[in-house]
Amino acid sequence: MSRTIKGQSGEWEIVIGMEVHAQIISNAKLFSGAATAFGAEPNSQVSFIDAGMPGMLPVINKKCIEQAVRTGLGLKAQINMTSVFDRKNYFFPDLPQGYQISQYKSPIVGEGEILLDMKDETITVGIERLHLEQDAGKSLHDQDPDNSFIDLNRSGVALMEIVSKPHMRSSEEAAAFLKKLRSIVRYLGTCDGNMDEGSMRADVNVSVCRPGGYEKFRADGDFKHLGTRCEIKNVNSMRFVQMAVEYEARRQVDLLEEGGTIDQETRRYDSKANETRSMRSKEDAHDYRYFPDPDLLPLELEQDWIDAIAGSLPELPDEKRARFIALGLSPYDASVLVSERELADFYEELAAGVDAKAAANWLNNEILGRLNRDGLAITQVPVPAAANNAIIRMIANGSINGKIAKDLLDIVWSEGGDPREVVDKRGLRQVTDTGAINAAIEAVIAANPDKVEEVKAKPKLAAWFAGQVQKQTGGKANPAAVNAALKTRLNLPDEG
Amino acid sequence: MPHLTAMTLAEARDALAAKKISSRELTGAFVQAIEAARPLNAFITETGEKALAMADASDKRRAEGKTGALEGLPLAIKDLFCTAGTRTTAGSKILGNFVPPYESTVTQNLWNAGAVMLGKTNLDEFAMGSSNETSAFGPVFNPWRAKNSNANLVPGGSSGGSSCAVAADLCLAATGTDTGGSIRQPAAVTGTVGLKPTYGRCSRYGIVAFASSLDQAGPMTRTVRDAAILLTSMASIDPRDSTSVETPVPDYEKLMAGPVKGLRVGIPKEYRLDGMASDITALWDKAADWLKDQGAEIVEISLPHTKYALPTYYIVAPAEASSNLARYDGVRFGHRAEKPHDITDLYERSRGEGFGAEVQRRILIGTYVLSAGYYDAYYSRAQKLRTLIKRDFDAAFEKCDVLLTPSTPGPAFAVGAKTSDPLEMYLQDVFTVTVNLAGLPGISVPGGLSENGLPLGLQLIGKAFDEATLLRAAATVETAADFKAKPAKWWAP
Repeated sequence: MSRTIKGQSGEWEIVIGMEVHAQIISNAKLFSGAATAFGAEPNSQVSFIDAGMPGMLPVINKKCIEQAVRTGLGLKAQINMTSVFDRKNYFFPDLPQGYQISQYKSPIVGEGEILLDMKDETITVGIERLHLEQDAGKSLHDQDPDNSFIDLNRSGVALMEIVSKPHMRSSEEAAAFLKKLRSIVRYLGTCDGNMDEGSMRADVNVSVCRPGGYEKFRADGDFKHLGTRCEIKNVNSMRFVQMAVEYEARRQVDLLEEGGTIDQETRRYDSKANETRSMRSKEDAHDYRYFPDPDLLPLELEQDWIDAIAGSLPELPDEKRARFIALGLSPYDASVLVSERELADFYEELAAGVDAKAAANWLNNEILGRLNRDGLAITQVPVPAAANNAIIRMIANGSINGKIAKDLLDIVWSEGGDPREVVDKRGLRQVTDTGAINAAIEAVIAANPDKVEEVKAKPKLAAWFAGQVQKQTGGKANPAAVNAALKTRLNLPDEG
Repeated sequence: MPHLTAMTLAEARDALAAKKISSRELTGAFVQAIEAARPLNAFITETGEKALAMADASDKRRAEGKTGALEGLPLAIKDLFCTAGTRTTAGSKILGNFVPPYESTVTQNLWNAGAVMLGKTNLDEFAMGSSNETSAFGPVFNPWRAKNSNANLVPGGSSGGSSCAVAADLCLAATGTDTGGSIRQPAAVTGTVGLKPTYGRCSRYGIVAFASSLDQAGPMTRTVRDAAILLTSMASIDPRDSTSVETPVPDYEKLMAGPVKGLRVGIPKEYRLDGMASDITALWDKAADWLKDQGAEIVEISLPHTKYALPTYYIVAPAEASSNLARYDGVRFGHRAEKPHDITDLYERSRGEGFGAEVQRRILIGTYVLSAGYYDAYYSRAQKLRTLIKRDFDAAFEKCDVLLTPSTPGPAFAVGAKTSDPLEMYLQDVFTVTVNLAGLPGISVPGGLSENGLPLGLQLIGKAFDEATLLRAAATVETAADFKAKPAKWWAP
């Protein structure tokens, strides 16, 4: 999908902003000591504070603050030395206190940015803010015919709400944003990014406007140049983000072209039907009656503490990608490799002391292909990076050829073992001895006099000879040496 | 030795230490007195058996030589403090038969010091009231009656059960909480001492919240010395309350000793209201003279934003309350409406049935002032005024060390006299709310009797965390006032 969408009356531009809820990795909740593990027995991880018992008071968990600051630094964002926790008041059965503690006017993190490496260009998406808030519990309606049950395990769990500026302009960019953000928080170790478990979920704001509207908006920041937005709540995968945006943009264009108007509203994406449906309009929006939580003092940070966190940040995807490109990788390969920290780490170990490009090709073509085939993640790879490194070294120093290397990987993939020992034991070492190669060539020529005639007219047939020679040598012949010997023996021209 | 139940906390402590009496004897006397005083309705929950068991345990500890600062001393606890295993009601129907599985920090501190719990005292519902008449458990009657009258008077509020229990010799001392005057006003109208400490001095953990930025626990006692003793044990630095302040707790009883010579006592001119009762103004002037006689310097000071204090308070406190009381929704604990047809019905009926009229009024006010479109006009402006009121005190404390004011605009009034006019009732707090808004410590000390024979209180206000100076000045007033009057025990069978 491109940045524009065609309607009956001409082109429309799509403009997208996103609010992402990311669950903080921490052993305890934002304001209580209760545990946060996923999948525990209902109501087994609930403190008196999380249950909203009378007289209970929230106490800030420093670890969660650190994680938010860490994320802010990773987003190259302004860290606010003073931030304030507010109460967002509304009644809901799984909201025990009757309010959610959040940050409204003074968030902990201000403006930052995320770079998206799209096919042809790198796009900068502005981050508006990052704030901390508590998660709510969960209502269970399918346990009993007459009653709804409440599970408060999630109640009070620390979330970061990361709000982008409306700087995305296609469904691909929206999906790429979520993917990049996920990658960054996973690098930072501040959120596990498990979208299936709800650790990360996105509210996607979509609007459409006539061409040029977005540029005007960027020029003066006035939202009047953009269309009315609809917010699609709780989208929980990159693919669904992409599909929801596409559906929603088309819906808005069709509606506008029929002479209708867009209502600012909250919508839900139904992935089965692939459509968005209205949840509530602006008129039904709650009045949350935000006010500073009097149980918590304003949060004051110290510069030294922030500096110490900054000093402990890992190399992030953008820096890593730049370094990989400098090593000789293509921007595309570099982007793929840095998308997951584990993949990048694997690559770095794999590429130690060998040609960067060769290592990247090996990873992309051989390892990822096999992982994909076996349904495994990079963390489950059966052949460790060091073993793969050994294989690449053997290719580089001519001990084995590329074909044998692939066979060798298959062997250690399924049987395990040190690839060097396997090469020795099974006699896979490459034949570079010209005598043996020439003998094999002579045997092939003797058995196929007709082909010898043919190759004179069709030099491309040399490849067939090379294949036969490999057959004779059990695939171990050095391909370059075979080609050179064939060329001399068959008196082939340079080209071909 | 005075009668067991008429002793001060300090006297009882010393008698126990001298082994003249046992905690069992002392506690037994109070348990009997409480039973005999049921017409006063001071207690929502009497815990006589638990009290005697705690007394026995205390006597055993004493025999083993292990004694705490309040060893064996029987106290009454305002029913706003959560007490593990003992029903806690906050004076409301909505909590139903709520029995907390946890203990408030303040009460835990008391038990750790060896104190004995006699029971949970009555209060205005969720501490919202100045007469104890909003309690779902019925009004409390003031032990005091006016000269030549049998009319039942209110004991003040919201800590009306505690003030009554202290005045009627139903406990040695009691805990209270003070959000806008809820310790000082009931103390004033019952002839007892009530101290609201600096905000952050006592932990709010486990105290049912009314208005978090104003609520503060404090002692209600017969003497200033007793208030110092009790505060020393109640106060602590509590990591479970983020607004608890990291200032070490001194021995206030030791620090309160000493003369007030050279102490600068400020008289805020804005507290001299038009049409104030002449006995109140006369007492106020007299108290200034008492302090002057002891070498203190009297300085007139100005707190120019005083007139905004009540409106500010009645925006800030209900705003916080509307949010704090949202958790009483019938879902997890407390009263739940029967057979709700949906969740909104459950909320509406549970809360409609569970909360009394005054609480509902304040929730509505609080919800209104926080609503979109009204927030700036009310809540924001109230916060700004609160800052100005604080600054008034900062400026005043450059010229003086403590302030002297009346505690209330008048003595105890008749049950039912002000219930039809909430604004008239709110005026009870006119001298006390400023102190909460500024987070300062304030104490009410009995100063004398009104023209119709009812106790009148004098309020002293101190600098933040300077309870020691405040107590010293209060002790001087107390000595000079020499308030010895006791109510006739008309309720006794």
